[in-house]
Amino acid sequence: MTVGLGAYLTLAAVLFAIGFFGVVTRRNTIGILLGIELMLNAVNINLVAFARFNADVVGMIFTTFTIPITVAEVALGLAIVILIFRTKRTAIADHLDILRG
Amino acid sequence: MTDPALPALAALLLPAAAFLILALAGPLRRLGRPAAYLSIVFSAVALVAAIGAFRLAGAAGYSAWVWSWIPAEAGPLATVGVMADGDSALMLVLVALVSFLVQVYSLGYLSDESMPSLGRYYTYQSLFAFSMMGLVLAPNFVQLFICWELVGLCSYLLIGYWYTRPEAARAAVKAFWITKAADIGMLIGIVLLWRQTGTFDFLELLQLVDAGALPLAGLGVITFCIYLGASGKSAQFPFHIWLPDAMEGPTPVSALIHAATMVTAGVYLLTRTVWLFRLTPDVMQIIAWNGAFTALLAAVLACVQSDIKRVLAYSTVSQLGYMMAAIGAGFASAGFLHLLTHGIFKALLFLGAGAVIHAVGANDIFAMGGLRRRMPQTFIVFLVGTLSLAGIPLFGGFFSKEEILGAVLVGGFPVPFAMLLLGAFLTAFYMFRVIFIAFFGAPAASHGAGDHHVHDAPPFMALPLWILAVMSVGLGVGFVAWHPKAEFEALGWVTYAAVGVAVAGIALAYLVYERRAISADALATAFAPIRAAALRRFWIDDLFAGIYRWLMLPFSSLVGWIDRYFVDGILNVLSAWTLSAGSAIRRIQSGRAQDYVYGIALGVLLLMVWIRWPR
Repeated sequence: MTVGLGAYLTLAAVLFAIGFFGVVTRRNTIGILLGIELMLNAVNINLVAFARFNADVVGMIFTTFTIPITVAEVALGLAIVILIFRTKRTAIADHLDILRG
Repeated sequence: MTDPALPALAALLLPAAAFLILALAGPLRRLGRPAAYLSIVFSAVALVAAIGAFRLAGAAGYSAWVWSWIPAEAGPLATVGVMADGDSALMLVLVALVSFLVQVYSLGYLSDESMPSLGRYYTYQSLFAFSMMGLVLAPNFVQLFICWELVGLCSYLLIGYWYTRPEAARAAVKAFWITKAADIGMLIGIVLLWRQTGTFDFLELLQLVDAGALPLAGLGVITFCIYLGASGKSAQFPFHIWLPDAMEGPTPVSALIHAATMVTAGVYLLTRTVWLFRLTPDVMQIIAWNGAFTALLAAVLACVQSDIKRVLAYSTVSQLGYMMAAIGAGFASAGFLHLLTHGIFKALLFLGAGAVIHAVGANDIFAMGGLRRRMPQTFIVFLVGTLSLAGIPLFGGFFSKEEILGAVLVGGFPVPFAMLLLGAFLTAFYMFRVIFIAFFGAPAASHGAGDHHVHDAPPFMALPLWILAVMSVGLGVGFVAWHPKAEFEALGWVTYAAVGVAVAGIALAYLVYERRAISADALATAFAPIRAAALRRFWIDDLFAGIYRWLMLPFSSLVGWIDRYFVDGILNVLSAWTLSAGSAIRRIQSGRAQDYVYGIALGVLLLMVWIRWPR
């Protein structure tokens, strides 16, 4: 039995939704970062799936760029979280509202 | 060099240069005396240039130098420049002469002023000389109007020269307001004239009139509007009320601006454009009647004044009425001649009055008395001025006044002629009333007692007085020797009538105030109603005050109310709504990143739904 494009896209969509759910509901900033990772990987799956089924390597090339950028982003994000924790003694997103209007 | 425009331009630009130097170089102006010397030297050179222009203008006819200004699609809209012809060059000489003499005189008169204040005075004087010459030499209505307003400004500044005195400040504002109100009429007239003819230029308008190409419909309104402006500046009824109050300024200013030059600008304008007014006989009638009425009214008012400067001020109003009447009767040259002679002898009278005031320290004629012995020189020159004003033969005003009387009669105005004749009688009476009260009789107690040393004017002040006095007599004698050709055939008996009423006026003043054969109180009771009315200035000032208080003020407070509560109210409500909406919407910006993610997701969702919405 062959697995079609639709299955990959569904997986990616489910993964994206889970990641988005995590981003908007987690109170911990690290949890939010994890959610963002899930969303990015859902996009990666989409890119690879389209590359595979359309016999086009551009998607693959994109993915090879996205993965290291994701890594860098996580490193940066965690560093920011640590800095915020040092100054504010908290990592809860709801407490970080100094830009409130 | 045969072009009169060149020296005329020089005469115009010299005071302008003096004004600019004094206005820009503050330290020089604050030095006072050097500023005065600079201004006097410049005006002396301007006088020489003006005389040169006059000599050349006599030979060359007229010469106009114009530069285009206000460019427009079909050629320049207006021009600036100088137009030197016989009339304007003559007027230029008068302006330059009186301006120069007054500036010299002021050195003595204002010797007690602080130095910065003296510098300010001479700055204004230079500006005035420039503006007045610009007015005299204007080749078109636009330049004339601009200079017209400039001299009005100088008048305002110089009336309010002692601006710390409330009366002076109020008089300055009054003069400014009344003349401005009249000037609105003039501006409307000029613009209407431009709409009808497409030009402001005097020469082009004259050509149109000569060719008969000027449409007559609506011209009466135009000339009447221009006459309104002229009557405001020349203090004709009902706008005459500002001139007596203008006497709050320094006396030399009154001599220059409010007797010899600026107030005659209206008469000059009418003389200049009389060919335009001739097309509208109705307006000419109004000018003649109003002139005669003003002359009589002001003469009556002058009889009850006790302030020497106010007597002279009403006399100026009265004499301006004579000039206007002559113009209205169709003989502008008679009015212009009286303008020139009046400029000389009225400046003389004012400067003489200034010398008296300077010596006595008061304006009230009843506080003077017996000055003939204490100030013999001043008495002689003042007497010369008075005889000129009264129209006694061999003095400056005789010929011109007689010519005006003849002109009004020949022009077909017997009733105004009678009014003017009565005015001439009153003129002689009120002037000799001043002479007999101030210069004859016993010295008044207030200055008789040694603490205040009354003496003749210092040389700086005496020299201009003597020059003007010699000129007054010289003009009178000169007119007898060289009789200027009149435009009309005067009736022989007018001369005798004019001299007769003048002598009668003098005789009455002599009997009342010197001989006391007729009691002044009896005279006052005989004319009690007129006297009471004259003391209230015939309620004309009250009328203006009433119009202001009961019409203008309620109207402006109504407009102010509408502006404050209706116009501003709408805007205030709008801005209040904006503010409250802003403070309501600011809650959306929570500062939490997750809320924004919600917002973005919701927005993307809405966009997708919108794209996919079945249409």
